[in-house]
Amino acid sequence: MIDYYRQNSDQINGWLGWHARLSALPLLFGLLIALPLGWLARRYRWLYPPVVTVAGLLYTIPSLALFILLPGLLKTRILDPTNVVVALTVYTVALLVRVVADALGSVSEDVLQAATAMGYRRLGRLLKVELPIAVPVIAAGLRVAAVSNVSLVSVAALIGVPELGQLFTNGFQLSYQTPILLGILLSVLLALAFDSVIQLVARVLTPWRRAVPR
Amino acid sequence: MIRFDSVSKHYPDGTVAVDSLDLVAPSGQITVFVGPSGCGKTTSLRMINRMIEPTSGSIWLDDQDTSRIATHELRRQIGYVIQHAGLFPHRTIVDNIATVPLLLGWDRNKARARGRELLERVGLPAHFAERYPAQLSGGQQQRVGVARALAADPPVMLMDEPFSAVDPIARDQLQEEFLRLQNELGKTIVFVTHDIDEAIKLGDQVAVLRVGGRLAQLATPAQLLSEPADAFVAAFVGRDRGYRALGFTPVGELATHDEPTIAMGSALTGAEAADGWLLAVDDQGAPQGWLRLADSRPGADTTVTEDLLHRGGTVAGADASLRAVLDACLSSPSGRGVIVDEAGRLAGTVTASEVLALIERRAPADPNPQPVGGGGQ
Ligand SMILES: Nc1ncnc2c1ncn2[C@@H]1O[C@H](COP(=O)(O)OP(=O)(O)OP(=O)(O)O)[C@@H](O)[C@H]1O
Ligand SMILES: [Mg+2]
Repeated sequence: MIDYYRQNSDQINGWLGWHARLSALPLLFGLLIALPLGWLARRYRWLYPPVVTVAGLLYTIPSLALFILLPGLLKTRILDPTNVVVALTVYTVALLVRVVADALGSVSEDVLQAATAMGYRRLGRLLKVELPIAVPVIAAGLRVAAVSNVSLVSVAALIGVPELGQLFTNGFQLSYQTPILLGILLSVLLALAFDSVIQLVARVLTPWRRAVPR
Repeated sequence: MIRFDSVSKHYPDGTVAVDSLDLVAPSGQITVFVGPSGCGKTTSLRMINRMIEPTSGSIWLDDQDTSRIATHELRRQIGYVIQHAGLFPHRTIVDNIATVPLLLGWDRNKARARGRELLERVGLPAHFAERYPAQLSGGQQQRVGVARALAADPPVMLMDEPFSAVDPIARDQLQEEFLRLQNELGKTIVFVTHDIDEAIKLGDQVAVLRVGGRLAQLATPAQLLSEPADAFVAAFVGRDRGYRALGFTPVGELATHDEPTIAMGSALTGAEAADGWLLAVDDQGAPQGWLRLADSRPGADTTVTEDLLHRGGTVAGADASLRAVLDACLSSPSGRGVIVDEAGRLAGTVTASEVLALIERRAPADPNPQPVGGGGQ
Protein backbone atom coordinates (compact mmCIF):
# COMPACT_ATOMS: atom_id res chain seq x y z
CA MET A 1 0.00 0.00 0.00
CA ILE A 2 2.87 2.32 0.85
CA ASP A 3 4.49 1.49 -2.48
CA TYR A 4 1.24 2.21 -4.28
CA TYR A 5 1.01 5.56 -2.50
CA ARG A 6 4.63 6.41 -3.37
CA GLN A 7 4.08 5.68 -7.02
CA ASN A 8 0.93 7.78 -7.25
CA SER A 9 1.57 10.28 -4.47
CA ASP A 10 1.06 13.44 -6.54
CA GLN A 11 -2.28 12.31 -7.84
CA ILE A 12 -3.45 10.94 -4.49
CA ASN A 13 -2.42 14.09 -2.60
CA GLY A 14 -4.37 16.11 -5.12
CA TRP A 15 -7.42 13.94 -4.55
CA LEU A 16 -7.02 14.26 -0.78
CA GLY A 17 -6.87 18.05 -1.06
CA TRP A 18 -10.00 18.14 -3.18
CA HIS A 19 -11.75 15.74 -0.89
CA ALA A 20 -10.97 17.95 2.11
CA ARG A 21 -12.17 21.09 0.35
CA LEU A 22 -15.31 19.46 -1.02
CA SER A 23 -16.29 18.29 2.48
CA ALA A 24 -15.29 21.42 4.38
CA LEU A 25 -16.90 24.11 2.25
CA PRO A 26 -20.41 22.60 2.43
CA LEU A 27 -19.97 22.30 6.19
CA LEU A 28 -19.30 26.02 6.44
CA PHE A 29 -22.06 27.07 4.03
CA GLY A 30 -24.47 24.59 5.58
CA LEU A 31 -23.86 25.99 9.05
CA LEU A 32 -24.35 29.57 7.85
CA ILE A 33 -27.68 28.65 6.26
CA ALA A 34 -28.85 26.39 9.09
CA LEU A 35 -28.29 29.07 11.77
CA PRO A 36 -31.00 31.49 10.61
CA LEU A 37 -33.31 28.64 9.58
CA GLY A 38 -32.93 26.94 12.95
CA TRP A 39 -33.49 30.26 14.68
CA LEU A 40 -36.70 30.79 12.69
CA ALA A 41 -37.94 27.30 13.54
CA ARG A 42 -37.35 28.16 17.19
CA ARG A 43 -38.75 31.66 17.11
CA TYR A 44 -41.97 30.70 15.31
CA ARG A 45 -42.91 27.41 16.90
CA TRP A 46 -45.35 26.48 14.13
CA LEU A 47 -42.44 26.44 11.66
CA TYR A 48 -40.56 23.76 13.59
CA PRO A 49 -42.50 20.64 12.45
CA PRO A 50 -42.54 21.48 8.70
CA VAL A 51 -38.89 22.61 8.74
CA VAL A 52 -37.75 19.44 10.46
CA THR A 53 -39.84 17.26 8.13
CA VAL A 54 -38.55 18.96 4.97
CA ALA A 55 -34.98 18.72 6.25
CA GLY A 56 -35.44 15.00 6.87
CA LEU A 57 -36.84 14.47 3.37
CA LEU A 58 -33.95 16.37 1.78
CA TYR A 59 -31.52 14.03 3.45
CA THR A 60 -33.20 11.00 1.87
CA ILE A 61 -32.54 12.19 -1.72
CA PRO A 62 -29.83 9.86 -3.05
CA SER A 63 -26.62 11.81 -3.43
CA LEU A 64 -25.82 10.41 -6.83
CA ALA A 65 -29.19 11.64 -8.11
CA LEU A 66 -28.48 15.09 -6.76
CA PHE A 67 -25.00 15.19 -8.35
CA ILE A 68 -26.58 14.37 -11.72
CA LEU A 69 -29.62 16.65 -11.36
CA LEU A 70 -27.85 19.77 -10.12
CA PRO A 71 -25.96 20.67 -13.32
CA GLY A 72 -29.33 20.99 -15.07
CA LEU A 73 -30.74 23.14 -12.25
CA LEU A 74 -27.65 25.28 -11.76
CA LYS A 75 -26.64 25.45 -15.43
CA THR A 76 -23.19 24.14 -14.52
CA ARG A 77 -21.06 21.54 -16.31
CA ILE A 78 -21.39 18.00 -14.99
CA LEU A 79 -17.78 17.91 -13.74
CA ASP A 80 -17.98 21.30 -12.02
CA PRO A 81 -17.13 20.80 -8.28
CA THR A 82 -19.79 23.43 -7.52
CA ASN A 83 -22.36 20.67 -7.97
CA VAL A 84 -20.79 18.64 -5.19
CA VAL A 85 -20.51 21.65 -2.89
CA VAL A 86 -24.14 22.60 -3.42
CA ALA A 87 -25.38 19.03 -2.99
CA LEU A 88 -23.46 18.51 0.24
CA THR A 89 -24.54 21.92 1.51
CA VAL A 90 -28.12 20.72 1.13
CA TYR A 91 -27.34 17.63 3.20
CA THR A 92 -25.51 19.66 5.82
CA VAL A 93 -28.41 22.07 6.14
CA ALA A 94 -30.77 19.12 6.39
CA LEU A 95 -28.73 17.74 9.30
CA LEU A 96 -28.08 21.01 11.08
CA VAL A 97 -31.41 22.86 11.00
CA ARG A 98 -32.89 20.63 13.62
CA VAL A 99 -29.66 20.66 15.64
CA VAL A 100 -29.57 24.47 15.69
CA ALA A 101 -33.25 24.73 16.61
CA ASP A 102 -32.85 22.23 19.44
CA ALA A 103 -29.60 23.81 20.61
CA LEU A 104 -31.26 27.22 20.89
CA GLY A 105 -34.17 25.52 22.61
CA SER A 106 -31.83 24.11 25.25
CA VAL A 107 -31.06 27.57 26.66
CA SER A 108 -32.99 27.82 29.92
CA GLU A 109 -36.06 30.02 30.16
CA ASP A 110 -34.59 31.79 33.22
CA VAL A 111 -31.52 32.81 31.25
CA LEU A 112 -33.58 34.09 28.33
CA GLN A 113 -35.85 36.00 30.65
CA ALA A 114 -32.93 37.56 32.50
CA ALA A 115 -31.28 38.58 29.24
CA THR A 116 -34.44 40.23 27.97
CA ALA A 117 -35.07 41.95 31.29
CA MET A 118 -31.57 43.40 31.26
CA GLY A 119 -32.25 45.12 27.99
CA TYR A 120 -30.78 42.87 25.31
CA ARG A 121 -32.50 43.31 21.97
CA ARG A 122 -33.37 40.25 19.96
CA LEU A 123 -30.20 40.03 17.83
CA GLY A 124 -27.89 40.93 20.71
CA ARG A 125 -29.46 38.26 22.85
CA LEU A 126 -29.06 35.69 20.08
CA LEU A 127 -25.41 36.49 19.40
CA LYS A 128 -24.20 37.18 22.94
CA VAL A 129 -26.28 34.79 24.99
CA GLU A 130 -28.14 32.09 23.08
CA LEU A 131 -25.54 31.06 20.49
CA PRO A 132 -22.60 30.89 22.92
CA ILE A 133 -24.64 28.66 25.21
CA ALA A 134 -25.74 26.54 22.23
CA VAL A 135 -22.18 25.93 21.00
CA PRO A 136 -21.69 22.45 22.52
CA VAL A 137 -24.89 21.07 20.98
CA ILE A 138 -24.22 22.68 17.59
CA ALA A 139 -20.66 21.35 17.62
CA ALA A 140 -21.95 17.83 18.24
CA GLY A 141 -24.19 18.18 15.17
CA LEU A 142 -21.31 19.55 13.11
CA ARG A 143 -19.21 16.50 13.93
CA VAL A 144 -21.91 14.22 12.55
CA ALA A 145 -22.27 16.38 9.45
CA ALA A 146 -18.50 16.44 8.87
CA VAL A 147 -18.23 12.65 8.89
CA SER A 148 -21.29 12.36 6.68
CA ASN A 149 -19.79 14.82 4.19
CA VAL A 150 -16.45 13.03 3.99
CA SER A 151 -18.19 9.79 3.12
CA LEU A 152 -20.68 11.38 0.69
CA VAL A 153 -17.97 13.15 -1.29
CA SER A 154 -16.61 9.77 -2.42
CA VAL A 155 -19.80 9.11 -4.35
CA ALA A 156 -18.98 12.01 -6.65
CA ALA A 157 -16.15 9.92 -8.08
CA LEU A 158 -18.80 8.05 -10.06
CA ILE A 159 -19.37 11.18 -12.13
CA GLY A 160 -15.63 11.81 -12.41
CA VAL A 161 -15.00 14.45 -9.75
CA PRO A 162 -11.36 14.16 -8.62
CA GLU A 163 -11.29 13.08 -4.95
CA LEU A 164 -10.47 10.00 -2.88
CA GLY A 165 -13.47 8.16 -4.35
CA GLN A 166 -11.28 7.77 -7.46
CA LEU A 167 -9.28 5.21 -5.51
CA PHE A 168 -12.43 3.10 -5.10
CA THR A 169 -13.43 3.30 -8.76
CA ASN A 170 -9.84 2.56 -9.86
CA GLY A 171 -9.58 -0.39 -7.53
CA PHE A 172 -12.94 -1.68 -8.66
CA GLN A 173 -12.03 -1.40 -12.37
CA LEU A 174 -8.66 -3.07 -11.86
CA SER A 175 -9.98 -5.65 -9.33
CA TYR A 176 -7.15 -4.49 -7.12
CA GLN A 177 -7.63 -4.10 -3.33
CA THR A 178 -4.77 -1.79 -2.41
CA PRO A 179 -6.22 1.51 -3.70
CA ILE A 180 -9.55 0.67 -2.05
CA LEU A 181 -7.91 0.07 1.34
CA LEU A 182 -5.83 3.22 0.95
CA GLY A 183 -8.97 5.19 0.07
CA ILE A 184 -10.73 3.95 3.20
CA LEU A 185 -7.72 4.73 5.36
CA LEU A 186 -7.33 8.27 4.02
CA SER A 187 -11.08 8.95 4.34
CA VAL A 188 -11.06 7.84 7.94
CA LEU A 189 -8.01 9.98 8.70
CA LEU A 190 -9.65 12.96 7.05
CA ALA A 191 -12.85 12.46 9.01
CA LEU A 192 -10.82 12.21 12.22
CA ALA A 193 -9.00 15.43 11.35
CA PHE A 194 -12.28 17.29 10.84
CA ASP A 195 -13.63 15.87 14.05
CA SER A 196 -10.60 17.04 16.04
CA VAL A 197 -10.69 20.52 14.57
CA ILE A 198 -14.38 20.92 15.43
CA GLN A 199 -13.82 19.61 18.94
CA LEU A 200 -10.90 21.92 19.45
CA VAL A 201 -12.78 25.00 18.28
CA ALA A 202 -15.75 24.08 20.46
CA ARG A 203 -13.42 23.67 23.42
CA VAL A 204 -11.88 27.08 22.90
CA LEU A 205 -15.33 28.65 22.61
CA THR A 206 -16.64 27.06 25.82
CA PRO A 207 -14.15 27.57 28.66
CA TRP A 208 -17.14 27.52 31.03
CA ARG A 209 -17.81 23.86 30.26
CA ARG A 210 -14.40 22.87 31.57
CA ALA A 211 -14.79 24.76 34.84
CA VAL A 212 -17.23 22.20 36.22
CA PRO A 213 -16.66 18.48 36.18
CA ARG A 214 -19.70 16.75 34.77
CA MET B 1 -42.06 56.30 41.98
CA ILE B 2 -43.94 53.66 40.03
CA ARG B 3 -47.64 54.25 39.45
CA PHE B 4 -50.18 51.71 38.19
CA ASP B 5 -53.08 53.54 36.60
CA SER B 6 -56.05 51.13 36.33
CA VAL B 7 -53.86 48.46 34.80
CA SER B 8 -55.45 45.21 33.61
CA LYS B 9 -54.04 42.14 31.94
CA HIS B 10 -56.28 39.65 30.18
CA TYR B 11 -54.57 36.69 28.53
CA PRO B 12 -55.88 35.49 25.17
CA ASP B 13 -57.39 32.39 26.78
CA GLY B 14 -59.64 34.62 28.86
CA THR B 15 -57.68 34.52 32.13
CA VAL B 16 -57.88 37.79 33.98
CA ALA B 17 -54.45 37.95 35.58
CA VAL B 18 -54.62 41.56 36.80
CA ASP B 19 -57.84 43.52 37.17
CA SER B 20 -57.74 47.35 37.13
CA LEU B 21 -54.86 47.76 39.51
CA ASP B 22 -54.29 51.23 40.97
CA LEU B 23 -51.25 51.55 43.13
CA VAL B 24 -48.19 53.67 43.82
CA ALA B 25 -44.80 52.26 44.76
CA PRO B 26 -43.11 55.27 46.37
CA SER B 27 -39.52 56.18 45.57
CA GLY B 28 -36.84 54.80 47.82
CA GLN B 29 -39.17 52.25 49.40
CA ILE B 30 -39.85 48.55 49.20
CA THR B 31 -43.34 47.69 47.99
CA VAL B 32 -44.15 44.01 48.33
CA PHE B 33 -46.76 42.20 46.21
CA VAL B 34 -48.00 39.21 48.14
CA GLY B 35 -50.85 36.78 47.58
CA PRO B 36 -51.70 33.17 46.81
CA SER B 37 -50.34 31.39 43.73
CA GLY B 38 -51.82 32.66 40.47
CA CYS B 39 -53.07 35.97 41.86
CA GLY B 40 -51.13 37.97 39.29
CA LYS B 41 -48.00 39.04 41.18
CA THR B 42 -45.53 38.09 38.48
CA THR B 43 -47.76 39.49 35.76
CA SER B 44 -48.02 42.83 37.59
CA LEU B 45 -44.28 42.95 38.12
CA ARG B 46 -43.40 42.15 34.52
CA MET B 47 -45.73 44.78 33.21
CA ILE B 48 -43.47 47.37 34.84
CA ASN B 49 -40.52 46.59 32.56
CA ARG B 50 -42.86 45.57 29.75
CA MET B 51 -41.85 41.95 29.61
CA ILE B 52 -45.65 41.71 29.52
CA GLU B 53 -47.75 44.44 27.93
CA PRO B 54 -50.89 45.54 29.82
CA THR B 55 -54.22 45.01 28.08
CA SER B 56 -55.39 48.38 29.35
CA GLY B 57 -54.27 51.13 31.67
CA SER B 58 -50.80 52.62 31.96
CA ILE B 59 -47.76 52.38 34.20
CA TRP B 60 -45.72 55.44 35.02
CA LEU B 61 -42.11 55.76 36.08
CA ASP B 62 -42.04 59.12 37.84
CA ASP B 63 -43.59 61.35 35.15
CA GLN B 64 -42.92 59.05 32.21
CA ASP B 65 -45.48 56.76 30.64
CA THR B 66 -43.51 53.49 30.26
CA SER B 67 -45.34 52.61 27.05
CA ARG B 68 -43.58 55.56 25.41
CA ILE B 69 -40.05 54.39 26.25
CA ALA B 70 -38.25 51.92 23.96
CA THR B 71 -38.38 48.58 25.81
CA HIS B 72 -34.64 47.93 25.82
CA GLU B 73 -33.94 51.40 27.21
CA LEU B 74 -36.63 51.08 29.83
CA ARG B 75 -35.21 47.72 30.94
CA ARG B 76 -31.64 48.96 31.20
CA GLN B 77 -32.73 51.38 33.93
CA ILE B 78 -34.65 48.74 35.87
CA GLY B 79 -32.83 46.01 37.79
CA TYR B 80 -34.49 42.61 37.63
CA VAL B 81 -33.91 39.62 39.91
CA ILE B 82 -35.67 36.26 39.53
CA GLN B 83 -36.04 33.13 41.59
CA HIS B 84 -33.24 31.04 40.11
CA ALA B 85 -31.02 34.04 39.39
CA GLY B 86 -30.88 33.17 35.67
CA LEU B 87 -27.14 33.83 35.49
CA PHE B 88 -25.44 33.40 32.12
CA PRO B 89 -23.66 30.04 32.40
CA HIS B 90 -21.07 30.97 29.78
CA ARG B 91 -19.82 34.10 31.52
CA THR B 92 -17.68 34.48 34.60
CA ILE B 93 -19.28 35.97 37.68
CA VAL B 94 -17.69 39.38 37.16
CA ASP B 95 -18.80 39.43 33.53
CA ASN B 96 -22.29 38.42 34.54
CA ILE B 97 -22.44 41.37 36.90
CA ALA B 98 -21.00 43.72 34.28
CA THR B 99 -23.71 42.85 31.73
CA VAL B 100 -25.86 45.98 31.89
CA PRO B 101 -22.94 48.43 32.16
CA LEU B 102 -21.51 46.86 28.99
CA LEU B 103 -24.88 47.12 27.28
CA LEU B 104 -24.91 50.79 28.23
CA GLY B 105 -21.58 51.18 26.48
CA TRP B 106 -19.26 51.46 29.48
CA ASP B 107 -15.57 50.84 28.95
CA ARG B 108 -14.78 47.16 29.56
CA ASN B 109 -12.31 47.75 32.39
CA LYS B 110 -14.63 50.15 34.14
CA ALA B 111 -17.51 47.68 33.83
CA ARG B 112 -15.45 44.83 35.28
CA ALA B 113 -14.16 47.05 38.09
CA ARG B 114 -17.77 47.82 38.90
CA GLY B 115 -18.49 44.09 38.82
CA ARG B 116 -15.79 43.41 41.41
CA GLU B 117 -17.00 46.24 43.60
CA LEU B 118 -20.52 44.82 43.63
CA LEU B 119 -19.27 41.30 44.30
CA GLU B 120 -17.89 42.60 47.56
CA ARG B 121 -21.00 44.62 48.23
CA VAL B 122 -23.21 41.55 48.20
CA GLY B 123 -20.81 39.76 50.51
CA LEU B 124 -18.99 37.39 48.16
CA PRO B 125 -15.21 36.86 48.20
CA ALA B 126 -13.18 38.57 45.48
CA HIS B 127 -11.84 35.30 44.08
CA PHE B 128 -15.33 34.34 42.92
CA ALA B 129 -14.96 36.95 40.17
CA GLU B 130 -13.39 34.56 37.69
CA ARG B 131 -15.59 31.58 38.52
CA TYR B 132 -18.51 30.42 36.44
CA PRO B 133 -22.10 30.31 37.80
CA ALA B 134 -22.15 26.50 37.95
CA GLN B 135 -19.33 26.70 40.51
CA LEU B 136 -21.50 28.62 43.00
CA SER B 137 -24.22 27.45 45.39
CA GLY B 138 -27.81 28.52 44.84
CA GLY B 139 -27.62 31.17 47.55
CA GLN B 140 -24.37 32.54 46.17
CA GLN B 141 -25.83 32.66 42.67
CA GLN B 142 -28.76 34.59 44.05
CA ARG B 143 -26.37 37.19 45.50
CA VAL B 144 -24.72 37.49 42.12
CA GLY B 145 -28.18 37.96 40.63
CA VAL B 146 -28.76 40.88 43.00
CA ALA B 147 -25.32 42.32 42.21
CA ARG B 148 -26.02 42.03 38.49
CA ALA B 149 -29.30 43.87 38.87
CA LEU B 150 -27.55 46.66 40.79
CA ALA B 151 -24.58 47.02 38.44
CA ALA B 152 -25.69 50.06 36.47
CA ASP B 153 -27.14 51.64 39.61
CA PRO B 154 -30.74 51.60 38.34
CA PRO B 155 -33.21 53.68 40.35
CA VAL B 156 -35.76 50.86 40.22
CA MET B 157 -35.45 47.17 41.10
CA LEU B 158 -37.96 44.43 40.39
CA MET B 159 -37.56 41.21 42.34
CA ASP B 160 -39.66 38.10 41.71
CA GLU B 161 -39.40 35.68 44.65
CA PRO B 162 -35.63 36.18 44.70
CA PHE B 163 -35.05 34.30 47.94
CA SER B 164 -37.61 31.52 47.81
CA ALA B 165 -35.39 28.84 46.29
CA VAL B 166 -32.76 28.88 49.06
CA ASP B 167 -32.83 27.17 52.44
CA PRO B 168 -34.39 29.03 55.40
CA ILE B 169 -31.10 30.00 57.04
CA ALA B 170 -29.56 31.34 53.85
CA ARG B 171 -32.84 33.10 53.12
CA ASP B 172 -32.82 34.85 56.47
CA GLN B 173 -29.29 36.01 55.87
CA LEU B 174 -30.08 37.19 52.33
CA GLN B 175 -33.06 39.12 53.63
CA GLU B 176 -31.00 40.84 56.32
CA GLU B 177 -28.31 41.81 53.86
CA PHE B 178 -30.90 42.94 51.37
CA LEU B 179 -32.36 45.31 53.97
CA ARG B 180 -28.91 46.59 54.89
CA LEU B 181 -28.11 47.19 51.23
CA GLN B 182 -31.42 48.95 50.67
CA ASN B 183 -30.65 51.15 53.68
CA GLU B 184 -27.52 52.33 51.90
CA LEU B 185 -28.93 52.52 48.39
CA GLY B 186 -32.55 53.64 48.82
CA LYS B 187 -33.84 52.06 45.60
CA THR B 188 -37.46 52.02 44.53
CA ILE B 189 -38.18 48.32 44.84
CA VAL B 190 -41.12 46.14 43.91
CA PHE B 191 -40.71 42.74 45.52
CA VAL B 192 -42.91 39.72 44.81
CA THR B 193 -43.33 36.90 47.29
CA HIS B 194 -46.01 34.41 48.28
CA ASP B 195 -44.62 34.33 51.82
CA ILE B 196 -46.47 36.73 54.11
CA ASP B 197 -43.67 36.63 56.69
CA GLU B 198 -41.18 37.77 54.09
CA ALA B 199 -43.59 40.50 52.97
CA ILE B 200 -43.94 41.77 56.52
CA LYS B 201 -40.24 41.62 57.20
CA LEU B 202 -39.14 43.43 54.05
CA GLY B 203 -41.97 45.70 53.00
CA ASP B 204 -42.32 49.38 53.70
CA GLN B 205 -45.76 48.78 52.27
CA VAL B 206 -47.46 45.55 51.32
CA ALA B 207 -50.00 45.00 48.55
CA VAL B 208 -52.09 41.89 49.15
CA LEU B 209 -53.57 40.55 45.91
CA ARG B 210 -56.34 38.02 45.59
CA VAL B 211 -56.82 35.50 42.79
CA GLY B 212 -58.32 37.26 39.78
CA GLY B 213 -55.73 39.98 40.10
CA ARG B 214 -57.57 42.36 42.43
CA LEU B 215 -55.88 44.43 45.10
CA ALA B 216 -57.27 43.34 48.47
CA GLN B 217 -55.31 45.74 50.67
CA LEU B 218 -52.40 48.13 50.45
CA ALA B 219 -50.95 48.95 53.84
CA THR B 220 -47.87 49.04 56.02
CA PRO B 221 -46.96 45.70 57.59
CA ALA B 222 -48.13 46.93 61.00
CA GLN B 223 -51.50 48.02 59.62
CA LEU B 224 -51.91 44.77 57.80
CA LEU B 225 -51.45 42.83 61.02
CA SER B 226 -53.59 45.05 63.19
CA GLU B 227 -56.31 45.97 60.70
CA PRO B 228 -56.76 43.45 57.90
CA ALA B 229 -59.27 44.90 55.44
CA ASP B 230 -61.41 41.78 55.13
CA ALA B 231 -61.66 38.09 55.92
CA PHE B 232 -59.43 37.12 52.98
CA VAL B 233 -56.59 39.35 54.14
CA ALA B 234 -57.06 38.26 57.76
CA ALA B 235 -56.83 34.61 56.77
CA PHE B 236 -53.87 35.23 54.51
CA VAL B 237 -51.99 37.24 57.09
CA GLY B 238 -52.29 34.32 59.44
CA ARG B 239 -53.13 33.26 62.94
CA ASP B 240 -50.43 34.62 65.24
CA ARG B 241 -50.60 38.10 63.74
CA GLY B 242 -51.27 39.63 67.18
CA TYR B 243 -47.92 38.37 68.38
CA ARG B 244 -46.17 39.33 65.15
CA ALA B 245 -47.62 42.85 65.32
CA LEU B 246 -45.58 43.35 68.50
CA GLY B 247 -42.58 43.25 66.20
CA PHE B 248 -43.53 46.72 64.98
CA THR B 249 -43.86 48.35 68.41
CA PRO B 250 -40.62 49.63 69.90
CA VAL B 251 -40.29 48.77 73.54
CA GLY B 252 -39.46 52.34 74.53
CA GLU B 253 -38.64 53.00 78.18
CA LEU B 254 -38.02 49.71 79.90
CA ALA B 255 -37.36 49.35 83.61
CA THR B 256 -34.88 46.51 84.04
CA HIS B 257 -33.64 44.72 87.14
CA ASP B 258 -30.01 44.40 88.08
CA GLU B 259 -28.90 40.85 87.50
CA PRO B 260 -26.11 39.25 89.54
CA THR B 261 -23.46 37.94 87.17
CA ILE B 262 -20.38 35.80 87.18
CA ALA B 263 -17.38 36.27 84.92
CA MET B 264 -16.31 33.54 82.51
CA GLY B 265 -13.36 31.60 83.85
CA SER B 266 -13.84 32.64 87.46
CA ALA B 267 -14.33 30.14 90.30
CA LEU B 268 -17.85 29.24 91.37
CA THR B 269 -17.16 29.59 95.08
CA GLY B 270 -19.61 31.78 96.88
CA ALA B 271 -21.71 32.20 93.76
CA GLU B 272 -25.27 32.99 94.68
CA ALA B 273 -28.55 33.37 92.89
CA ALA B 274 -32.06 33.45 94.23
CA ASP B 275 -33.42 30.72 91.96
CA GLY B 276 -30.29 28.78 91.12
CA TRP B 277 -29.73 30.50 87.73
CA LEU B 278 -26.73 32.76 87.28
CA LEU B 279 -25.86 34.83 84.24
CA ALA B 280 -22.31 34.50 82.94
CA VAL B 281 -20.69 37.50 81.22
CA ASP B 282 -17.36 37.93 79.45
CA ASP B 283 -14.77 40.52 80.47
CA GLN B 284 -16.57 43.12 78.34
CA GLY B 285 -19.76 42.53 80.28
CA ALA B 286 -21.54 40.87 77.35
CA PRO B 287 -23.90 38.06 78.40
CA GLN B 288 -22.69 34.59 77.45
CA GLY B 289 -25.34 32.26 78.80
CA TRP B 290 -27.13 31.00 81.88
CA LEU B 291 -25.51 28.73 84.42
CA ARG B 292 -27.56 26.38 86.58
CA LEU B 293 -25.89 25.98 89.94
CA ALA B 294 -27.52 22.58 90.44
CA ASP B 295 -25.60 21.32 87.36
CA SER B 296 -22.22 22.21 88.78
CA ARG B 297 -20.60 21.55 92.09
CA PRO B 298 -19.52 24.90 93.54
CA GLY B 299 -16.02 24.69 94.85
CA ALA B 300 -12.60 26.19 94.36
CA ASP B 301 -11.85 23.73 91.58
CA THR B 302 -14.93 24.51 89.44
CA THR B 303 -14.66 27.48 87.08
CA VAL B 304 -17.23 28.88 84.66
CA THR B 305 -16.59 27.30 81.28
CA GLU B 306 -18.42 27.30 77.97
CA ASP B 307 -19.80 23.82 78.33
CA LEU B 308 -21.62 24.63 81.59
CA LEU B 309 -23.73 27.32 79.92
CA HIS B 310 -27.30 27.13 78.64
CA ARG B 311 -27.39 29.13 75.44
CA GLY B 312 -31.06 28.74 74.58
CA GLY B 313 -32.09 32.29 75.40
CA THR B 314 -32.30 35.17 72.94
CA VAL B 315 -31.05 38.62 73.86
CA ALA B 316 -32.89 41.88 73.14
CA GLY B 317 -31.27 45.23 72.52
CA ALA B 318 -32.34 48.43 74.24
CA ASP B 319 -34.05 49.62 71.05
CA ALA B 320 -35.74 46.27 70.35
CA SER B 321 -39.40 45.66 69.59
CA LEU B 322 -41.84 44.37 72.21
CA ARG B 323 -41.75 41.07 70.34
CA ALA B 324 -38.00 40.74 70.67
CA VAL B 325 -38.09 41.61 74.38
CA LEU B 326 -40.96 39.20 75.04
CA ASP B 327 -39.11 36.53 73.11
CA ALA B 328 -36.01 37.11 75.24
CA CYS B 329 -38.12 36.41 78.35
CA LEU B 330 -39.93 33.38 76.93
CA SER B 331 -36.75 31.78 75.64
CA SER B 332 -34.68 32.39 78.76
CA PRO B 333 -34.17 29.27 80.88
CA SER B 334 -34.35 31.41 84.02
CA GLY B 335 -37.54 33.15 82.84
CA ARG B 336 -35.72 36.49 82.96
CA GLY B 337 -35.16 38.16 79.60
CA VAL B 338 -31.68 39.52 79.03
CA ILE B 339 -31.50 43.13 77.80
CA VAL B 340 -28.27 44.58 76.44
CA ASP B 341 -27.16 48.10 75.58
CA GLU B 342 -25.90 49.36 72.20
CA ALA B 343 -22.45 47.92 72.86
CA GLY B 344 -23.87 44.47 73.65
CA ARG B 345 -23.16 44.76 77.42
CA LEU B 346 -25.69 43.56 79.95
CA ALA B 347 -28.19 46.29 80.83
CA GLY B 348 -30.43 44.18 83.08
CA THR B 349 -33.25 41.69 82.94
CA VAL B 350 -37.05 41.80 82.74
CA THR B 351 -39.73 39.17 83.21
CA ALA B 352 -42.44 38.18 80.77
CA SER B 353 -45.19 39.44 83.08
CA GLU B 354 -43.55 42.85 83.19
CA VAL B 355 -43.47 42.96 79.41
CA LEU B 356 -47.11 41.85 79.24
CA ALA B 357 -48.05 44.60 81.66
CA LEU B 358 -46.24 47.02 79.38
CA ILE B 359 -48.17 45.72 76.37
CA GLU B 360 -51.48 46.06 78.19
CA ARG B 361 -50.73 49.60 79.21
CA ARG B 362 -49.51 50.45 75.75
CA ALA B 363 -52.29 48.83 73.73
CA PRO B 364 -55.09 51.40 73.85
CA ALA B 365 -52.69 54.27 73.30
CA ASP B 366 -51.58 53.28 69.82
CA PRO B 367 -53.87 50.74 68.20
CA ASN B 368 -52.97 51.77 64.62
CA PRO B 369 -49.39 52.71 63.98
CA GLN B 370 -49.04 55.32 61.23
CA PRO B 371 -48.23 54.10 57.72
CA VAL B 372 -44.66 54.63 56.67
CA GLY B 373 -44.21 57.17 53.88
CA GLY B 374 -46.80 58.40 51.39
CA GLY B 375 -48.50 56.92 48.35
CA GLY B 376 -51.17 54.30 47.97
CA GLN B 377 -54.71 54.86 49.05
N1 LIG C 1 -49.08 33.31 29.16
C1 LIG C 1 -50.20 33.08 29.86
N2 LIG C 1 -51.33 32.69 29.25
C2 LIG C 1 -52.47 32.48 29.94
N3 LIG C 1 -52.59 32.63 31.27
C3 LIG C 1 -51.49 33.02 31.95
C4 LIG C 1 -50.24 33.26 31.29
N4 LIG C 1 -49.33 33.63 32.22
C5 LIG C 1 -49.98 33.61 33.40
N5 LIG C 1 -51.28 33.25 33.25
C6 LIG C 1 -52.30 33.16 34.30
O1 LIG C 1 -52.42 34.42 34.91
C7 LIG C 1 -52.62 34.29 36.30
C8 LIG C 1 -51.58 35.07 37.06
O2 LIG C 1 -50.29 34.51 36.82
P1 LIG C 1 -48.98 35.02 37.57
O3 LIG C 1 -47.84 34.30 37.01
O4 LIG C 1 -48.96 36.50 37.52
O5 LIG C 1 -49.27 34.54 39.05
P2 LIG C 1 -48.37 34.70 40.37
O6 LIG C 1 -49.16 35.49 41.33
O7 LIG C 1 -47.02 35.18 40.02
O8 LIG C 1 -48.33 33.19 40.88
P3 LIG C 1 -47.13 32.35 41.55
O9 LIG C 1 -47.11 32.72 43.01
O10 LIG C 1 -47.59 30.95 41.38
O11 LIG C 1 -45.89 32.69 40.82
C9 LIG C 1 -52.59 32.79 36.60
O12 LIG C 1 -53.91 32.33 36.67
C10 LIG C 1 -51.90 32.21 35.39
O13 LIG C 1 -52.35 30.91 35.14
MG1 LIG D 1 -45.04 34.32 40.06
